[in-house]
Amino acid sequence: MAELQFREAIRAAMTEEMERDEDIFLIGEEVAEYDGAYKVSEGMLDQFGPKRVVDTPISENGFTGLGIGAAMNGLRPIVEMMTWNFSFVAFDQILNNAAKIRYMSGGQFSFPIVFRGPNGAAGQLGATHNTSVESFYAHIPGLKVVSPSTPNDSKGLLKASIRDNDPVLFLESERMYGLKGEVSDEEDYVLPLGQAHVVREGDAVTLVANGKDYYIALEVADRLAEDGHQAEVIDPRTIRPLDFDTIIASIKKTNRCVIIDESNPFASLSSEIAFQIQERAFDYLDAPVRRITAKDVPAPYAKNLMDYYMPQADDAYQACRDVMYL
Amino acid sequence: MASNSKETSPTATEEPQASESHEGFTKPQNEDARPDPLDLPDALEFEQTFKVYRGGTIKHDELGFDTDTLLRIYRNMLLQRRFEERSLQMYRKQNISGFLHLYIGQEAVSTGAMQSIDVGEDTVITAYRDHGMGLAMGMDPNACMAELFGKKDGCSKGKGGSMHFFSKEKRMFGGHGIVGQHIPVGTGIAFAHKYRGDGKVCLTFFGDGAVGQGAMHEAANLAGLYDLPIVFVIENNEYAMGTAVHRAFADPDLCKQAVPYGMPASIVDGMDVFSVTKAMRDHVAMARQNQPSFVEVRTYRYQGHSVSDPANYRTKGELDQKKGEDAIIRLKSYLVQHDLSTNEALDDIDDEVKQQVLDAIDFAENSPLPDLEAIYEDVYTQDDYPFLA
Repeated sequence: MAELQFREAIRAAMTEEMERDEDIFLIGEEVAEYDGAYKVSEGMLDQFGPKRVVDTPISENGFTGLGIGAAMNGLRPIVEMMTWNFSFVAFDQILNNAAKIRYMSGGQFSFPIVFRGPNGAAGQLGATHNTSVESFYAHIPGLKVVSPSTPNDSKGLLKASIRDNDPVLFLESERMYGLKGEVSDEEDYVLPLGQAHVVREGDAVTLVANGKDYYIALEVADRLAEDGHQAEVIDPRTIRPLDFDTIIASIKKTNRCVIIDESNPFASLSSEIAFQIQERAFDYLDAPVRRITAKDVPAPYAKNLMDYYMPQADDAYQACRDVMYL
Repeated sequence: MASNSKETSPTATEEPQASESHEGFTKPQNEDARPDPLDLPDALEFEQTFKVYRGGTIKHDELGFDTDTLLRIYRNMLLQRRFEERSLQMYRKQNISGFLHLYIGQEAVSTGAMQSIDVGEDTVITAYRDHGMGLAMGMDPNACMAELFGKKDGCSKGKGGSMHFFSKEKRMFGGHGIVGQHIPVGTGIAFAHKYRGDGKVCLTFFGDGAVGQGAMHEAANLAGLYDLPIVFVIENNEYAMGTAVHRAFADPDLCKQAVPYGMPASIVDGMDVFSVTKAMRDHVAMARQNQPSFVEVRTYRYQGHSVSDPANYRTKGELDQKKGEDAIIRLKSYLVQHDLSTNEALDDIDDEVKQQVLDAIDFAENSPLPDLEAIYEDVYTQDDYPFLA
């Protein structure tokens, strides 16, 4: 094991895969000469050259579509979104081209492409730069959506995403790029998509959380443990397809669930998880499923408002106590 | 010619060469030769000439077309027309549903363009008015008609419909339903050609309406920036749905859209298959040298935007006048006048084509509906994807 920052683990995954397969290239704004807006691709231009690490103009619709066409014609692009907030000007490319052409062509074409970049809130940036995109993209048949929570997972999941023959959206976080963690130095460390991780076992309540909220869930579990209650913490790792089986198995043990989801609440990831739980484990529930989400408003700028907007550990802790009737 | 475009003659006719292996796409940060942007000239002068390929100016032998080739071209143009005439009939009989955008009138564009590339090796992507392009590329009329009927043996297994014809074998990359959004995809197809250094080119077709979409401009800029082997072909049929070009564009000379992207461009009479062939060959030759370019083909669609459109926006007599320039009649007259064929022989070809289309309808009618289980197939390559109910 080596201790790596999140950004270094992502870089390691891309580098290892690009060394393995000449058809893989990285394209996006500032990925080459600038070393990446968040230094994720630092040094990759030097290693792989200007053919395989490609700077673009500010042209998300254009270069997202370019990546899709290149995938359709046999390459395996990694398209970096400087942030997922900027992906919406390319939304049609992802929705109608990456996700649907395979289907509309009766399976003649495939799209081995990864779109990756930081997702969700990154501080006091105002409403345009703080959108959590899980539910937008996980809604779309034809796509896969991955959300790693640790440096180690990011390496294994990104390598799997790059090798996947379907389009994968890989959601990182500006807030987590500097986070350090032990990363496997196994020669070929790949984590399968579509499998949730039971991070911590317990029987009192099931906490489901991805990305930044994963750390809130761990904090809440610690506090509950101090109270003498063992929470089970599940990191979905992959949002689409979501590993409902692991979540349902946990609910059958704990009979309670609290979801922490950074998205706005309406029609969100937490909505879908709650729906699946009531459909598959209704009789096992001892309390209504609770969720802690971003507020149902655009992200504000002022620090106190922004703090209030985001999911809070205190609220998640209280929700857990509520479903345990404490 | 734009001062910043490459020294490639738009009239270049030399044998196309495979593109050289490229150093890279990312431009170096500090080019020594880069002029100081603040070192301003007295005036910035700019001039670009657009070559015009007028109809009736090019003879078949200049294009190297022998009689067999000419008859094959004639047959294919007729196939596109008869196929669509019958499609319209089948739509009215409710054998075909959804939208049906007919290409009738524009057959010289698809057919001429296919005389400029190596079909099955080079790549093509187009918009939703795609039946003619598919047939021009040699897609099986049976599979195409079955697709319109929503049948299992359709070219997209009945999952795409009229707007979404695809043939991986013919390198026909679709058939796309959202105006202009396939143009960046065409750029990416061309990017892959250059990345691999395979010497192939991508023809990216779109209508005049797509020129108003940002996607076209982003794609053109990327193609110009990366010197991609692509030809952007504007099929200007005068109307984006019901909006005439002069009502939609500040400058109705759409070929000038090439200017900001440093590309050569031409205007072509799309009612003459020879003019289209000549122009497309010249532009494909540029693409093979990694010089992207624009071709504005001026053509005309005889039908409405889709079959539900009575096309009341046309001016009086406009349609009849355009039909007087019909590309198929023009070719027929040419073949007879030049003693390359006879009216009788050409009418026999028409009869054969009509029968071929009737056979395609039989095939489509007899093809089974897709199995219901097929609804979950072809979404992912992963064969055990856990779909929600």
